[in-house]
Amino acid sequence: MAEVLVYVDHVDGAVRKPTLELLTLARRIGEPVAVALGAGAEATAAVLAEHGAVKVLTADAPEFSDYLVVPKVDALQAAYAAVSPAAVLLPSSAENKEIGARLAVRIGSGIITDATDLEAGDEGPVATQAAFAASFSTKSRVSKGTPVITVKPNSAPVEAAPAAGTVEALAVTFGALATGTKVTSRTPRESTGRPELTEAAIVVSGGRGVNGAENFHIIEALADSLGAAVGASRAAVDAGWYPHSNQVGQTGKSVSPQLYIASGISGAIQHRAGMQTSKTIVAINKDAEAPIFDLVDYGVVGDLFAVVPQLTDEIKARKG
Amino acid sequence: MSLRIVVCVKYVPDATGDRQFTEDLTVNRDDVDGLLSELDEYAVEQALQIADEADDAEITVLTVGPEDAKDALRKALSMGADKAIHVEDDDLHGSDVMATSLVLAKAIEKAGYDLVITGMASTDGTMGVLPAILAERLGVPQVTLLSEVKVEDGVVTGRRDGDSASEQLEASLPALVSVTDQSGEARYPSFKGIMAAKKKPVESWDLEELEIESDEVGLEGSWTAVDSATQRPARTAGTIVKDEGEGGKSLAEFLAGQKFI
Ligand SMILES: Cc1cc2nc3c(=O)[nH]c(=O)nc-3n(C[C@H](O)[C@H](O)[C@H](O)COP(=O)(O)OP(=O)(O)OC[C@H]3O[C@@H](n4cnc5c(N)ncnc54)[C@H](O)[C@@H]3O)c2cc1C
Ligand SMILES: Cc1cc2nc3c(=O)[nH]c(=O)nc-3n(C[C@H](O)[C@H](O)[C@H](O)COP(=O)(O)OP(=O)(O)OC[C@H]3O[C@@H](n4cnc5c(N)ncnc54)[C@H](O)[C@@H]3O)c2cc1C
Repeated sequence: MAEVLVYVDHVDGAVRKPTLELLTLARRIGEPVAVALGAGAEATAAVLAEHGAVKVLTADAPEFSDYLVVPKVDALQAAYAAVSPAAVLLPSSAENKEIGARLAVRIGSGIITDATDLEAGDEGPVATQAAFAASFSTKSRVSKGTPVITVKPNSAPVEAAPAAGTVEALAVTFGALATGTKVTSRTPRESTGRPELTEAAIVVSGGRGVNGAENFHIIEALADSLGAAVGASRAAVDAGWYPHSNQVGQTGKSVSPQLYIASGISGAIQHRAGMQTSKTIVAINKDAEAPIFDLVDYGVVGDLFAVVPQLTDEIKARKG
Repeated sequence: MSLRIVVCVKYVPDATGDRQFTEDLTVNRDDVDGLLSELDEYAVEQALQIADEADDAEITVLTVGPEDAKDALRKALSMGADKAIHVEDDDLHGSDVMATSLVLAKAIEKAGYDLVITGMASTDGTMGVLPAILAERLGVPQVTLLSEVKVEDGVVTGRRDGDSASEQLEASLPALVSVTDQSGEARYPSFKGIMAAKKKPVESWDLEELEIESDEVGLEGSWTAVDSATQRPARTAGTIVKDEGEGGKSLAEFLAGQKFI
């Protein structure tokens, strides 16, 4: 069976969920060979094997963290040369998309980004994409070279499928461009203890209607009662009420959870672009005409300062 | 020595309009107004600020697009860019990111540059990969997704706010920069700017001038193919209740029914 390269997203050896989802999709088109780079790369092998990786290629070097993107492209290209895969898959994130794109140019292949599903087809893998703020669904293929496809989080279930997961060291030679962009300092984002926004099964978001940073604890309390991630509209972010890293939408994160709860958010097209593929959508807004209500499975026309705390209390009571 | 800045700007269908695909599965540009991608206004703004700090700088705005794409160039010129290049050719219709980036790279090389600035993503394709591809094709450092950018003594520095960390980046010119919508509000063109833009030069180049064969671009030369595009059915109307004191509770009831609680 054809081999499929899967680029691994991990933090010091802890594999992030979108990579495990990707292994499910990779198995539909071939045998997954995982590529894990940087500190802790070898530690990823066990969980990757449990989810279907027949082989795990690993490499670590200071270049991966000291310089932007290109050293990782060099490494992925070395893996590509070693394996000659039928496709290269990466979990969609800003950085991974750049890595995949540069690899695609180098190997003379087309690229598809932000796929939401993947199937084997007669002419290679067929990707589903959401277009125009998710108002369209398209099916596309790479027609030249080895398909390079990035896949959005929450596009497939995580499934156990034990495989060998043999670890092999990958030999990487860095090209002249690898050291072009130096990372002179790095400030890690503080963990809130809440789920990662793009991976969360439930997202609770607040917008301009929350009316102040000091009120966001209402949104956070609801999120915590559901074990959810917290999101925000750009209006709330621009006002300085919540960090940009929590922004949902076209220029923020794109989320596709089982449940999305929008409070005090009107539902502008750019916000919808980032949440419209959520399975169940709920909104609380005091304006019955707000466009967000066009999307909802359940909507409450009312003041969020009354509705959200009551909802939170009720959830807590029901959970006991 | 003059700092030569090339800003790539895309002409896109208005996101608030009813965007559609045509029969050949390319973007329908006839039924929705086109405009300069709002995210590229941030790129123009940063170019203007960098040029202000430089002793001597010249800003060229560049677009690859149909005839109407000149509107996007005019807008950028009225914001303060110095000149414009429009790459226009019937054979470009349907180009994917690889074909588009090939054309942009050749045009940038022909124009001459020290610094290329782009937006973070277009508002139609929204791939967000063209900047990295351009850097690869041009063989220059990519300093992408910056929320803060500065150019001094031939070195570009900037801040990239990523998923897990915020990074400070540094590269020597020539380089390619992309900026996010966190980089600072874009200015509105002044009346004077709009009048001045009318006199600024807009060059038109075609594929022949860039020594690109017609089969390297367009639907034929693209490395991806779209097989189908279907409009998602409008979501079936949900239940909407008015809060009369029990709104939170009724919502909890709904969530429990859906097994979220
Ligand atoms: C290029 C570009 C990119 C963009 N990217 C994004 C993006 O990534 N994400 C994003 O979100 N936006 C984005 N935007 C901005 C977007 O167009 C909207 O301006 C933004 O989403 C509005 O945020 P909002 O819904 O919180 O605010 P508003 O539109 O002001 O809506 C606030 C809502 O709160 C309701 N409300 C007020 N008080 C209460 C109350 N007490 N109880 C209940 N409801 C109340 C109001 O009825 C109203 O509907 C982008 C815009 C551009 C041009
Ligand atoms: C809904 C949709 C989905 C698509 N999916 C794919 C796909 O999966 N694979 C693929 O290969 N192509 C795809 N395309 C085509 C692709 O969007 C265009 O070829 C395109 O110009 C490059 O991608 P982008 O606009 O998404 O650029 P992005 O990478 O999002 O753009 C970043 C920046 O590049 C610059 N830029 C982009 N295009 C131009 C231009 N024409 N002129 C000047 N500057 C420009 C701008 O500064 C912009 O801010 C898709 C198009 C659409 C409309």
